[in-house]
Amino acid sequence: MMREWEDIPLAQRLGIIVAGSLTEGLEARLDSSASVEDMAVGRYVVVVGQKRKFFGMITDVQLGASSAQITVAPPDVSDPFVAEVIAGTSTFGTLKIMPMLSVGLEDGLPSIQPVKTVPSHFSPVAEATEEDVFDVFGREDGMHFYIGKPLDMETRVCLNLPRLVERSSGVFGKSGTGKTFLTRLLLIGIAQKDAAVNLVFDMHNEYGHAGTWEGGKTVKGLKPLFQSRVAIFTLDPESSRARGAAADAEVEIGYDQVEPQDVAMLQEALDLSSPQVETVYQLGRVFGDNRWLAEFVQIEPGVEMEDLAKRLGLNLGTLQVLRRKIETRLVSLPFLKPEAVDNSVKRILECLDRGTHVVLEFGRQARLDAYILVANILTRRIHERYVVRKEEAQGEKAREPRPLVITIEEAHKFLNPRVADFTIFGTIAREMRKYNVTLLIVDQRPSSIADEIMSQIGTRITCLLDDEKDISAVLSGLPGADKLRNVLAKLDSKQQALILGHAAPMPVVIRTRDYGTQESYKELLNAEGTRLREKAIKDLEELFES
Amino acid sequence: MGQEMGQRMSLRTDLRIGEVIEASTTTFVAQSYELHQAPDFGSFVRVSDGAIDVVGIVCYAETCGVDPGRRPIARGKDEADEEDIYRNNPELPELLRTEFTAVVVGFREGSGFFQYLPPRPPRIHGFVFCCAAHEVMEFTRELNFLHALIDANLRVSVDELIAAALRQASATHDLERAFLVSAGKELATLLINDVNRLNGILRRIKP
Repeated sequence: MMREWEDIPLAQRLGIIVAGSLTEGLEARLDSSASVEDMAVGRYVVVVGQKRKFFGMITDVQLGASSAQITVAPPDVSDPFVAEVIAGTSTFGTLKIMPMLSVGLEDGLPSIQPVKTVPSHFSPVAEATEEDVFDVFGREDGMHFYIGKPLDMETRVCLNLPRLVERSSGVFGKSGTGKTFLTRLLLIGIAQKDAAVNLVFDMHNEYGHAGTWEGGKTVKGLKPLFQSRVAIFTLDPESSRARGAAADAEVEIGYDQVEPQDVAMLQEALDLSSPQVETVYQLGRVFGDNRWLAEFVQIEPGVEMEDLAKRLGLNLGTLQVLRRKIETRLVSLPFLKPEAVDNSVKRILECLDRGTHVVLEFGRQARLDAYILVANILTRRIHERYVVRKEEAQGEKAREPRPLVITIEEAHKFLNPRVADFTIFGTIAREMRKYNVTLLIVDQRPSSIADEIMSQIGTRITCLLDDEKDISAVLSGLPGADKLRNVLAKLDSKQQALILGHAAPMPVVIRTRDYGTQESYKELLNAEGTRLREKAIKDLEELFES
Repeated sequence: MGQEMGQRMSLRTDLRIGEVIEASTTTFVAQSYELHQAPDFGSFVRVSDGAIDVVGIVCYAETCGVDPGRRPIARGKDEADEEDIYRNNPELPELLRTEFTAVVVGFREGSGFFQYLPPRPPRIHGFVFCCAAHEVMEFTRELNFLHALIDANLRVSVDELIAAALRQASATHDLERAFLVSAGKELATLLINDVNRLNGILRRIKP
């Protein structure tokens, strides 16, 4: 027996479609029983056409009047009777709806497709029900992670995490809108559903042991939730100790690991001029990319430096200034050692191979230059290993390295148009999942990220943005995205986000799920327990099958 | 007979009140059996021709002399009150008559009401009845008759008639206010370009 679209109960009905086009969106006229004031952009509605159901989002709310006369000589609305009569008839509310998906029924099961047409005239419009949301976003299971609830609904919206990690994704929003909070949830989701292994460059120590939330309240990070499945690396063991959060390993970076391109990335942070950067490259060519820093800092400022300048045909002044800047700002970084005792990259890779999520805390080293340097150096090496191993696997799924998601904050420092072409992050964003490495970028200035990179960001999760340029950047390259501009600019400044792109079948505005209360931890751990049980059962089944 | 009459008087809505003396597809004129006893302005009446009941709304009533050439003259100068005039001139009821006009708004065939013009006009001498409350309620469940009324060409103001009819009909509905609101909304869509007219009617029907 075919399931058929049921008639919309009157209570849920909002109005009817009166006009529209696929490119411009639909226009619905509100029933008199539905108040304009109850509508909200970003709210999620369903249009029941004759053959298909259309899912869309309210992108604008307007007031309409049947004739100009009524606006000139308004009726006496102080009389409740008159007000009731003219509401929805002479005067009415209009909704602009952006249709995003259409759901047909195939053999009684919903089949979701992108919209290729519009519903017929006067199709009824209703609020989306829980069932509708599940049809589109799926129910929470081994792949779907509950991320939040749609506006004005108590239904759970789930993200398809394997899809999320398939391509690079981004969390955007101006400062204080809950980017970190959302990112933490995503990381927890990725860990819980085993969608990928995380490497987090945790600039402000928010994701490892504990993070802060809304005015100093502390919430659990990944470690307390996933225990041994998370390894904390630190650049500042003292800070870790002071916070009572022991790190599993300390990261040291040897001079030999700093390559000229790493310094080039720091051009802004170290205040280097272009000739100075060029000099660094030249030093790399002379001494070797791995040796140049060790050699350069050992050169005596006097005669030796003059010799070098002559040998390389360089300006002595440039060389001296460069030397001074590198000495005071780079070499002074405490984790930068002439000889690294431990091979941090190897240890991180070992963890990632075992499926252990790695959070690298910066402690008090939360300086932008340190962050850029370390993230770039480590990522480059890890990426190199992934490329080698992926190619060695030659398409054999089982031998391929685990999908890796690298989380970076202040992403525009790595991905701005000036540096994106030659940093490893630019490469990762562009080559996407070819090597099983993707990025989760967290940023408050998406407009500063190179367009080319932005277009590769599969899933964009955006908290409130109010700068026009930032909004345009986030919406760039998405069909029909200009309709979402309104939605984006009208988000609440806390705990609301617009999700669009690869991991969500259609854009949706959510209120982020609760995190930080005892119940929320319990729920996450229960889900974790379920996952482990399911995995154990699956393993057992496989064992007996073979 | 007198007792029966009394009972029927108390059931005034089911009373046979007159008979058709002039009929067309859109209106009919009936003479009231009792002088000065025309049904209320805006009330619902019906005429049966055996097969269908034509439903109309009373839109006009007048009382005049039987002989159109002779106007009644004033007679009460020396009478103490108005009743005495009739008591002392028993021929008067035979010289005067009350007529009313109803605009046709639909008909009943079998058990269903239809809000469009009937296939044929009522017959001359057809008995005219006031519609009972339940009939009015049933008929006014739909408000399509307003579409026909709004543009009717009558001797009285259409807006007055609509307001009167809606006031009468609303009394037969349990949800009186809800009925008036939905009627108001129907009018709002009909008078989309004439807000003043709409406001005028709304003022007259407001509960």
